[in-house]
Amino acid sequence: MTETASNPTPEAAQRLSGSQLIIKLLERQGVTHIAGVPGGAALPLYDSLSNSTIQHVLARHEQGAGFIAQGMARVTGQAQVCFASSGPGASNLITAVADARLDSVPLIAITGQVPQQMIGTDAFQEIDTFGLMLPITKHNWLVRSAEELLTVIPEAFRIALSGRPGPVSIDVPKDVQNEMIDVTEWPELGTAIPTPEFDEKAVEEMLVKIRESHKPLLMIGGGIVYSGATEQLREFAEKLDIPTVQTFMGLGILPDDHRLSLGMLGMHGARYTNYLLEECDMLIGLGVRFDDRATGKVEAFCPKAEIIHVDIDRSEIGKVKNPVLSIQADVGEVLTVAHKQLEAMQRPLWQQRVDQLKAAHPLILEGDDELFRPYGAIKAVAEILDDTANISTDVGQHQMWVAQAYPFNRPRQWISSGGLGTMGFGLPAAIGVALAQPDQKSVCFSGDGSFMMNIQEMATAAEENLDVKVVILNNGHLGLVRQQQTLFYEKNLTAVKYQQTVDFAKAAEAMGVKGVDLSKSDEPLADLKSALLEHGPCVINLPISETEMVYPMVAPGGANADMIGGESV
Amino acid sequence: MSATMTTPEAPAATQQSVLRLTVNNHPGVMSAVCGLFSRRSYNLEGIMVRPIEGTEGAQSRVWLLLNEVDKLEQVMRHTEKLVDVLKVERHALEDSVFASTDGFFKV
Repeated sequence: MTETASNPTPEAAQRLSGSQLIIKLLERQGVTHIAGVPGGAALPLYDSLSNSTIQHVLARHEQGAGFIAQGMARVTGQAQVCFASSGPGASNLITAVADARLDSVPLIAITGQVPQQMIGTDAFQEIDTFGLMLPITKHNWLVRSAEELLTVIPEAFRIALSGRPGPVSIDVPKDVQNEMIDVTEWPELGTAIPTPEFDEKAVEEMLVKIRESHKPLLMIGGGIVYSGATEQLREFAEKLDIPTVQTFMGLGILPDDHRLSLGMLGMHGARYTNYLLEECDMLIGLGVRFDDRATGKVEAFCPKAEIIHVDIDRSEIGKVKNPVLSIQADVGEVLTVAHKQLEAMQRPLWQQRVDQLKAAHPLILEGDDELFRPYGAIKAVAEILDDTANISTDVGQHQMWVAQAYPFNRPRQWISSGGLGTMGFGLPAAIGVALAQPDQKSVCFSGDGSFMMNIQEMATAAEENLDVKVVILNNGHLGLVRQQQTLFYEKNLTAVKYQQTVDFAKAAEAMGVKGVDLSKSDEPLADLKSALLEHGPCVINLPISETEMVYPMVAPGGANADMIGGESV
Repeated sequence: MSATMTTPEAPAATQQSVLRLTVNNHPGVMSAVCGLFSRRSYNLEGIMVRPIEGTEGAQSRVWLLLNEVDKLEQVMRHTEKLVDVLKVERHALEDSVFASTDGFFKV
């Protein structure tokens, strides 16, 4: 684009409809793809989209559209757009928007609405989209005039991208889409506002405290990924010689085999990792929000530690844990300031203790040499792929097995629904990832439960001929529910077994996607390899036993030290 | 919002706090503020809203009466994040709008 944000080029007055204006403003923002589903109240929008450089991706369900846009946003860090019509179109987007909120993903949901004079009359496909989106977005609008679009659209990008990223929603009544206005000047592009200023002395103080501590741990999360601060973090950890736990959202910041990496903490963290958190005397949380799946019972989390907390969102500081020192700032900028004052140090005693606990209570990946067992399947896929592959998951046991066992080596390699834990996330998100980075493999691990929740998007993947692979760890059950009923409800297994099995390979073929069923294969490993390495969408069914468990496991609400299973023999 | 009944033996005035918000007078801003409090399970004891004179209807003042002191700081931070909220200030109960309207809230 030739115009710069600070110097919008005045043009001769252009007479545009509201819908043409939306498309033009989105083009100016650099949007290349929009996932969506049209409908009555979005007809003008789609009419205008047909003349655009923006490529529309026709999802088969609005939730799929929302997650396709999320996949693009998560892998690029850019704000991405999805479209839906009014009523059920908008309500179907809700889950994807709520999911974006909890994982801080810059998503812009644009919905059609019934004409303004019909709002409040229970019109056909009318729903209070503004009211529904309000609690699950950073901000949202019901646009009252075409003129307003000139401020709302750039503002939407600005809000979605500023500070802690997140979703916004714009509801546009049909009459506003049709309203003609003269546009003489384009607004500035919506970009992230400057990050909050912070006191460099606080960083100095932080470093003093860290140097004084004897058993510090770093806890790093999505904030590092979103800040693009991976390199600074690695250097920070190495110079100060601090063992580091990664939250679910932080996986990949430290390479899997990094000497300081303790893997993931919390509900399915390794035993030694959670034991170390019990012993540490200082916990430095960088870009984290102390989610309950990470902390377990809060009162028992890091009982001996002073907490230092750096986060860009002020409302996260003190929400769960009261820090002795906190900095509200972009974590990358804090690390850059810290870098100037970093003196290398070593912590031989503490590292010795880490090694000791690691040797005594390692992460046990049982069956990791057997293809038809969870860890074995994940390891086999990882060995076939290289680090350029983007890995997404659905939600459930398979997700936790992947989080534990897949060797993530870079930020944004790992795409998964953390906060909301949405089954059905995986396939459409993997489609979005492939759209954004078409030259890299987009591989989604799923389960038979999750996959069914957005299975219709296979047709979308086929239509776009994307290099998307879905590996279904198929146990014929809602595995994680089964696991919890087994462990916490005296094996009273209720509503977790699918009596009717689904032939996923056939279902895939029916939608134009290659289907591979490894249970029928003579050379399953070779077939897995060729399925993953050839180009194009493919669904790979890989049966596993329903008795497989994710271990260790902390009971919901329990203390992290009280883990079930995963003990070395 | 779970509205708590105020009785003559109600908590001492010192336990109540008052917030004075300056907000964009925009459809949905009331809903955004009230929704935030209920969503974060923070009790709202009272609420008064009027457009601010001299802003030509652009801004409104929202007065909130609260009774949970320990969570106040946190909920203020959440409130400050709302895009249409321009300013959040603590205010003394004594000369607030609530002190002068007690008479309207008696049986």
